[in-house]
Amino acid sequence: MRTFPGGVHPFEGKSYTEKKKIEKLPRPKQVTIPLQQHIGAPTKPLVEKGQEVKAGEKLAEAEGYVSVPVHASVSGKVKALEDIDHPVAGRGPAVIIEAGETEEWIETIKIDEKYQDLSSDEMRKRIQDAGLAGLGGATFPTHVKLKPPEDKKIDVALLNGVECEPYLTADHRLMLEYPADIIRGFRIIMKILGVKRGIIGIEKNKKDAAEVMKKQIAGEGDMEVMVLPVKYPQGAEKQLIKAALDREVPSGGLPMDIGAVVQNVGTAKAIYDAVSSCRPLTERVVTVTGPGIKEPKNLLIPIGTHYQDIIDFCGGLTEKAAKIIMGGPMMGIAQPNLKVPVIKGTSGILVLEGKQAHLPFEEPCINCGRCVEVCPSHLLPTTLQRLVYHERFEEAGKLHLMDCIECGSCSYICPANRYLVQSIRHGKRQLLRLRKKAG
Amino acid sequence: MSDAPEKLLLSSSSPHVRDSDSIPKIMWTVNIAMIPALIMAFYFFGPKALWIIFLAVASAVLTEGIIYKLAKQPARIQDGSAVITGVLLAFNLPASAPWWMPVVGSVFAIAIVKALFGGLGNNILNPALAARAFLLASWPVEMTASWVAPREGTISGINGITSATPLNLLKQSAKIIASPESFEPSQVQAAQNAIANLSSTYTNLLIGNVGGCIGETSVIALLIGALIMFYRHAISWHIPFTYIGTVALFSWIFGGSEGLFTGNWIFHILSGGLILGAFYMATDMVSSPVSHKGQMIFGMGCGILTVTIRIWGGYPEGVSYAIILMNLAVPLIDRYTIPRVFGEVRTK
Repeated sequence: MRTFPGGVHPFEGKSYTEKKKIEKLPRPKQVTIPLQQHIGAPTKPLVEKGQEVKAGEKLAEAEGYVSVPVHASVSGKVKALEDIDHPVAGRGPAVIIEAGETEEWIETIKIDEKYQDLSSDEMRKRIQDAGLAGLGGATFPTHVKLKPPEDKKIDVALLNGVECEPYLTADHRLMLEYPADIIRGFRIIMKILGVKRGIIGIEKNKKDAAEVMKKQIAGEGDMEVMVLPVKYPQGAEKQLIKAALDREVPSGGLPMDIGAVVQNVGTAKAIYDAVSSCRPLTERVVTVTGPGIKEPKNLLIPIGTHYQDIIDFCGGLTEKAAKIIMGGPMMGIAQPNLKVPVIKGTSGILVLEGKQAHLPFEEPCINCGRCVEVCPSHLLPTTLQRLVYHERFEEAGKLHLMDCIECGSCSYICPANRYLVQSIRHGKRQLLRLRKKAG
Repeated sequence: MSDAPEKLLLSSSSPHVRDSDSIPKIMWTVNIAMIPALIMAFYFFGPKALWIIFLAVASAVLTEGIIYKLAKQPARIQDGSAVITGVLLAFNLPASAPWWMPVVGSVFAIAIVKALFGGLGNNILNPALAARAFLLASWPVEMTASWVAPREGTISGINGITSATPLNLLKQSAKIIASPESFEPSQVQAAQNAIANLSSTYTNLLIGNVGGCIGETSVIALLIGALIMFYRHAISWHIPFTYIGTVALFSWIFGGSEGLFTGNWIFHILSGGLILGAFYMATDMVSSPVSHKGQMIFGMGCGILTVTIRIWGGYPEGVSYAIILMNLAVPLIDRYTIPRVFGEVRTK
């Protein structure tokens, strides 16, 4: 089977939730909706304190092209506009909405039977208006990714159903339960890009999803399902393209440089909802899982719901719960408390127990070379760490520090428990700052 | 419901999970892998071999403990790396060595070669090999002159000619054949017989029924250990296979007394410390290159140097010096084998 070079095989942990159907979380009493949930320009708030809002109403307007609006996920009253603990950015502004008695939605959401006749620009407009950003976790504005510059010839679209992060099963369940919506969304993606080849990449540990998707595309001659071996980080864009097409995204470049565009399966479904019925992105599927949670589940959760409400719905934390992570164990972000909200990029809430969460002591590097072997970017993690420790950022840059995709395979595999990717991450930030300063 | 146990929440940068392999696991795997060879050493060379191994290990561990104490660092003796150094050093000594040799060697290996260069992970040379080289240079007579015969048979495995080790026999015979006029006809005859009958020694070489250092003689025991190390990912194939392959190729080309391409490469592979060196010492992670490509260059370099020393050098055996010399070349190899970065287009 085809795959990419490097990578690791962490404990999969998918059995906690892979058989559990997506449940709808009961409507929360209060939501906290951060104004920035995507990568790109910030948004400008449109509401004021005390104002009544409907579900689906725009709370903040996109400022600039690489930006998307945010919408109310419940109807009710704006309680406050204030800085909150942001799950990704540390701190950030948010709109806090107190949910009203009854759920009232905006009227513009309705099925448009003729959505397929829309032009690419009209489709993209709907996608931007719906506030879509990559739901795989990177949250790059979707409409931007679907409008490559004129000089980039795109010949293939990839649908990412790899879900290589351990524990997460949200995409897996989506493929099993909403295959038609996903494929319609993928059709829209292919139409916008004008490509005649669509590949759906799924790892072998989700055979049932691959079967369902294969059935779904029967009769669609230009789509194929590609089953890939299980290996992390195969869901990373560059690695998926390498595995499926054997093309390498140039160092410092983007998938579009080699004619490919990748979208996550969850994003494809949201694209279908946005284009076919003008439905804004106000909820997403989240895998709530891990040994530290009493009843792991896959949940459909309104954006802005606090972790506490979700964890309560899942039976609460276990005694030994010690670390709450947004996303998976390899690239997820540890959260400071349970007041943080779900945002567009929250693919999972993972709770680890004390022993797993324990931070190991860093031992001397014995030069075993395992990090070099597993690095999907073919970097030298131990050398880069040494340079970063000595603050020789420019030298590290010459050894392609910036090519690190921060997948964490090096730290995962290191028998000396060295904080390799963590150092490299720090080095990348420092190098960027230095380069900015130098102009 | 559940109150947020806020002070309990840990925060750190991803990844949040780690593979369960660790330095102690790798080191103890190597130690376990050396047990078959240790048992064979006891069988062929008797309790004296165990005594030397014990002395070497005890002094290595003790030296390391004292140094950690002096440096006020957390003791890391339990990681097993000092034990490996001790056992490997003893494996590279003759069973006839006086008691103080393993002691002096281990202290030198740990204190000078390892600790002074920064301790675990920072030594440039393989400590056991550097210590062996040090002992060989300082006490050549004790190191080579009095090989203990294994329990059965002769030292060299071939009757009729007295010589220390199989490789010594080969070297001396080659010397005799090269200038027959300066030797007695019976000696020349014996040398010719010895060369002709090299293949009769294979069985003895395989099980270790020949003269040599404590741990280097039993090829089978060493290979069993190597399998254990492969299985537990403590070593990869790159260094040992390229090393042994290169020795086979070059000893076949240059190792014969009747011209090119007549060398007995099987004999060269099975004799001396090649198997021990290729699987247990050249593979030392700390003192070998980091990338697979670098490791293969390293292995080939070791092979070429080993054959060069064995055939044209002053010593009958070349494994130790070959590996030490290649250890010194590791930074250079690493520098020229930096992998091509994913997506990088090399323009020049």
